[in-house]
This record gives sequence, C-alpha cells and structure tokens, in this order.
Amino acid sequence: MDILANLALGFSIALSPYTLMLAVIGCFLGTIIGALPGLGPSNGVAILIPLTFALGLDATSALVLMTAVYYGAMYGGRISSILLNIPGDEPALMTTLDGYPMAKAGRAGDALVLSGVASFVGAFLATLGLIFLAPLLARVAFLFGPAEYFALYLLAFCTLGGMASNNQAKAAIASCIGLAIAMIGVDESSGLPRLTGGNLHLYDGVDFLVAIVGLFAITEVFFFIESHGKHSSLGVKLDKVSIPWKDIIVCRWVMLRCSVVGFIAGVLPGAGASLGSFMAYMSEKSIAGEKGGFGTGVAKGIAAPEAGNNAAAGGALVPMLTLGVPGSGTTAVLLALLMTLNITPGPTLFTENPEVVWGLIASLLIANFVLLVMNVPMVKIFVRVLQVPPWVLMPGVTMISFVGIYSLSGSYFDLLLMVGFGVLGYIMRKLDIPTVPVILGILLGGHMETALRRAMLLSDGDWTYLFSSPISIGLWVAAVAGFVAPMFLRNILKKPQRVTD
Amino acid sequence: MQSDRIFGLVATVLALAYIVSANQTQISFLTDPVGPKGFPILIGIIWAISAMFMVLRPDPQPEWPGLRTFGALAFAVLILIGYAYALKPLGFLLPTAVAAGVLSYQISPNPKHAALTGIGLSGVLFLIFKYALGLGLVAVPKWLLG
Repeated sequence: MDILANLALGFSIALSPYTLMLAVIGCFLGTIIGALPGLGPSNGVAILIPLTFALGLDATSALVLMTAVYYGAMYGGRISSILLNIPGDEPALMTTLDGYPMAKAGRAGDALVLSGVASFVGAFLATLGLIFLAPLLARVAFLFGPAEYFALYLLAFCTLGGMASNNQAKAAIASCIGLAIAMIGVDESSGLPRLTGGNLHLYDGVDFLVAIVGLFAITEVFFFIESHGKHSSLGVKLDKVSIPWKDIIVCRWVMLRCSVVGFIAGVLPGAGASLGSFMAYMSEKSIAGEKGGFGTGVAKGIAAPEAGNNAAAGGALVPMLTLGVPGSGTTAVLLALLMTLNITPGPTLFTENPEVVWGLIASLLIANFVLLVMNVPMVKIFVRVLQVPPWVLMPGVTMISFVGIYSLSGSYFDLLLMVGFGVLGYIMRKLDIPTVPVILGILLGGHMETALRRAMLLSDGDWTYLFSSPISIGLWVAAVAGFVAPMFLRNILKKPQRVTD
Repeated sequence: MQSDRIFGLVATVLALAYIVSANQTQISFLTDPVGPKGFPILIGIIWAISAMFMVLRPDPQPEWPGLRTFGALAFAVLILIGYAYALKPLGFLLPTAVAAGVLSYQISPNPKHAALTGIGLSGVLFLIFKYALGLGLVAVPKWLLG
C-alpha cells in the first residue's frame, strides 16, 4: 500500500496544471531533439541543462521537464533511425537494422507507428518496474558503506567499459581521463588546491556540464564539418500514416519479452540502454531463427530493439535514483542535471525528498501517454523536423551550447575548455575510444575518491576492508567479470554493423 | 596502428606528468590514510598502464580525413576560440552572426545560405535567449554604437 500512497503523492504533484504543461512541453521538445539528425538524447539533454538552470525552475519542475525531454528524445530518436538510417545515439543503432529497410520498402509510416507503440510498451512497463524495484533497492542501498560504494562505482566503470566499447584498454583510458579531470580543483577534505597548475580558473574544478556539452555537441559539429552533412538527406518517402494493427498484434509477445530484457539490462549499473536494445534484438533474432528474416525489414525487428531500448532507459533510472550510478550516457547526463539542481541521488532521496522521486515517476507515466498520442497521429509533424538542413542546425547547436555554458559562469575560460573537450571528443571518437566513460569519470570521480578515503579512515588504512563484506565482494567479482568477460564473448556476440545503401 | 600508438604514447606521457603533478600536492597537517594524493596517483598509474597497452596492441588505423578537411577543422576550432573571446567584449549579435555563418559555410559551401544562417540564427537566438529565457545578454556593446 505504500506504493499507492507514494504514487498518490506523485500524481498530486505531477497533475498540477503547471507541471503537466512542463511535461507536455518537454515531450514535444524531446521528440524534436531526438528526431533531429545529429542530436540524440544525450547531447540534446546536455545542451538544455544550462538553459533550464537559467530559467530558474525549482528542482521538481526542472526534473519533470528534463526527464520528459529525455523520454521524448528516446521516442524521437527512432524517427531519424528509420527514415534517415542515422541513429541519434548508440542504442538506436539496432532500430536502423530493420527500420530503415522497412521504410525503404515503402512502409515508412507503418515502421514509425509500430516503433512508437513498441517504445510505449517498453517505457511503460519499465516505469512500472521502476515503481516496484526502486524502493526495494533503496532499502538495500542503506546497507552500503563507503567500501561498497567504492566497489559499486568501480563496477559501473568496468561494465560500461567492458560492454560499450570494442577495446578494454581504450575504455580504461577514457575512464581514467574522466576521473583525473574530476580530481582537479580544491580538495574537499583538506581545502588545498590540487592539480590546477596554478591556474585560478581551475580552482573550482572542471564543470561537468562543460565537458558533456563539449564532448557531445561540439564534437558532433566537427563530424558534420568533416562529412559536410552529406549523410542526412531524406531518401525515404512518407505518404499516409495508418495504424498497422496486424503487425502490432503479431509483435505483442516480442514487445513484452524485450521490455523485460531491456529493463534488466538497464538496471545493471553502467550497462544501460545500448546493451538493452542489443540483447533484445539478438534474443528475438535467435528466437525467430533464419526464417524470421531479421535485418530485411520485418516488424519484429523493429519492435524488439525499440521496446528493449525504451525499457532500458526506464530501467537505467533505477540505479541512477537509488545509488547515484548512471546506467548509460544519457542517464549520466540526467545525473548531471540532478547534481546541478543540488539533489543527491541515493537511498536518502526516497526518504527525504519523496515528492521529487514520486513526482518524477508520476510525470514519467504521464509523459509516456502524452508521447504515445504525440508520436502516433502527429508523427508527420516531427518528420518535417528532419528537413532542417544541417548547415542551419549545427551552427544553431553550437551557438546554443556556447550561450548555455556562458550563462553558467560568464567566463570565457569555460568556453575554451568546452572547445577543448570538443577537439578531444573528435580525436577519441576517431580512434574508437568511448567518450561516455570520460563523463562518468568527471561525474563520479569526487564521490569515488570520498568513498575510498572514508573506507580507509574507518579501517585505519587497512586495504582488505574494501573486500570485507559480502556485498562488496559480490560487486568486485561482478566488476572484474563485467570488464573481462566481454573480451572472450566478443567473438561470439558480434555486434551487427550498420546497414549501408 | 600508427594513430593508436601516437595517442597511447601521448597519453602515457600525460599520465606520468599527472602522477608527478599529483605527487606535488600540498598536504595539510590534518590528513587521512589515503590523503589528497593517493587516489589521483592510483588513477595516473592505471591510466599509464592502459595507455601502454594502446602502444603495444594498437587497433587498425582509422580513416582520417584529407589534409584539406583537417585545415577546415582547424579553422573551425580557431573560429570557436575566437568566438569564446569575442562574446563578452563585442556583444552577442556580431560574433554570433560571423561564427554561425562560417560554420554553416564549412558544412555546406553556399555563401548565400551561410550568410542568411548567420544573420538569422544570431537574431532569432538573441530574441529567444533574451526575452523567453531572460538571460542577460548584451546585443551590441555601447562603445560600438558610439
């Protein structure tokens, strides 16, 4: 009954006209952002955070707005995946495998509606899962001491590095760069500056928003300059949009199964949405077998990754809210949002700020229905967005990024750092070094160090304390396995490559 | 091959520099067993080891763009740096129009489109930022108006 009372509290906040309006605006903006080629959920949400901050919204409102944008961008991402064969972010890659062939076969409208329904099922079930699982996990999280938290952060880096990249050493470098950057600035416990090289601008440390916007948005601009925006012309025609009931009914079990798979993958810290859509697609592909025709534009091949992807996005909120460990690039950006709003995620969030948590969960449920309504009958409006040419879009994104970061501190130094991160991101992506661990490192570095130092203070410098409880041993084992196992599985589980024309 | 080796080498050197610099951190008299140096040094060591891996076991060479594209990218970086410095002293409208126009031209070389994009973006974004979001932007600095 606790859950019902909590949900009632949540809905009393989320159903206020003002919050409702924010959720609808967020869904609309989010779908547009997701649909814009070159802007995915992570960079879209990233460039909006500083601006939301400038609006001066209170914590709940800002959170409702931005999570609506996040869910909306997950929905919108499928539009550019299906019509342009451009995934907005990594999890959307799986949707292009069958979505684009189906659209090319003249069934673009069907593909869009089907994926919209699959997204709804995935996100809705995942939000229900979040409602039941998050309070339970929050209770477990109270058992976590500094040693367990240290192991948990390590697990996040290991699984993210292990699963999401093709080369363990490169993922480890990226994590270390992020953690190393997080150490810059005044040390919290001694009050003395560290690693600033005497530069006064660095005394406050490097703002994670500067890094996120630089690595995601500015890097993307460089890629557009390199390719001259060639890959983004609309080659598929969208005539009329009707609801393909037959396909939806055929896919009902696929959507349910994939939602469960996606949710579980999302809950694993560090694994996140990419793993969710990947596992959902691959498991359905093996269930369907050779005759299933996966990869040629079949309905199940669209429903599976979309349900999995959106369920994982919801599932990723579980570790993010209860433990403060994000499960994917986009949830890392959401964690950045929480930290900007001075909300510390963790078990205490559920007891001390129930209105934030439950208001957020209720808004997610509402946002989901709003998104279904927006994305099925109104999908044609969003398809128009694809026609924004990259030579208007990318300069616009750059200018919005600059003004957003400038509004944070009003210093040119942050802008220079942002450009620097943009260049770093370009080089890293060229060399196939993942950039998400850098962001995770900057976000979690401070917490990770604090956990380590507290643990050592408690044990008076005895290192074995880090492995002294069953929970921490379990986390260490999972961390090592998460980092090492993909090296051996890589040959068996080969990632499908993008379809080319 | 080569790219990974170079990156790995640069990363190793940076990691070593990071360790040295972390080791020079001042320590206050109140300190815990790990202290302010411990964690950064630990990170630096892991960083250096994984960077060495990149030198020893590099991936195949990525596809780098030609020299001309590199020039264009370097120019874009210069424009962005210039924009960062110009935003405060020159106000919002002028630097934004120039920077947006140049970037637009670099993505699609059409002077007319680029000029329109620059002017349009700087005007529209100024209105949104100033009046819809209430940011304190200066359109054109006073000294330019005379």
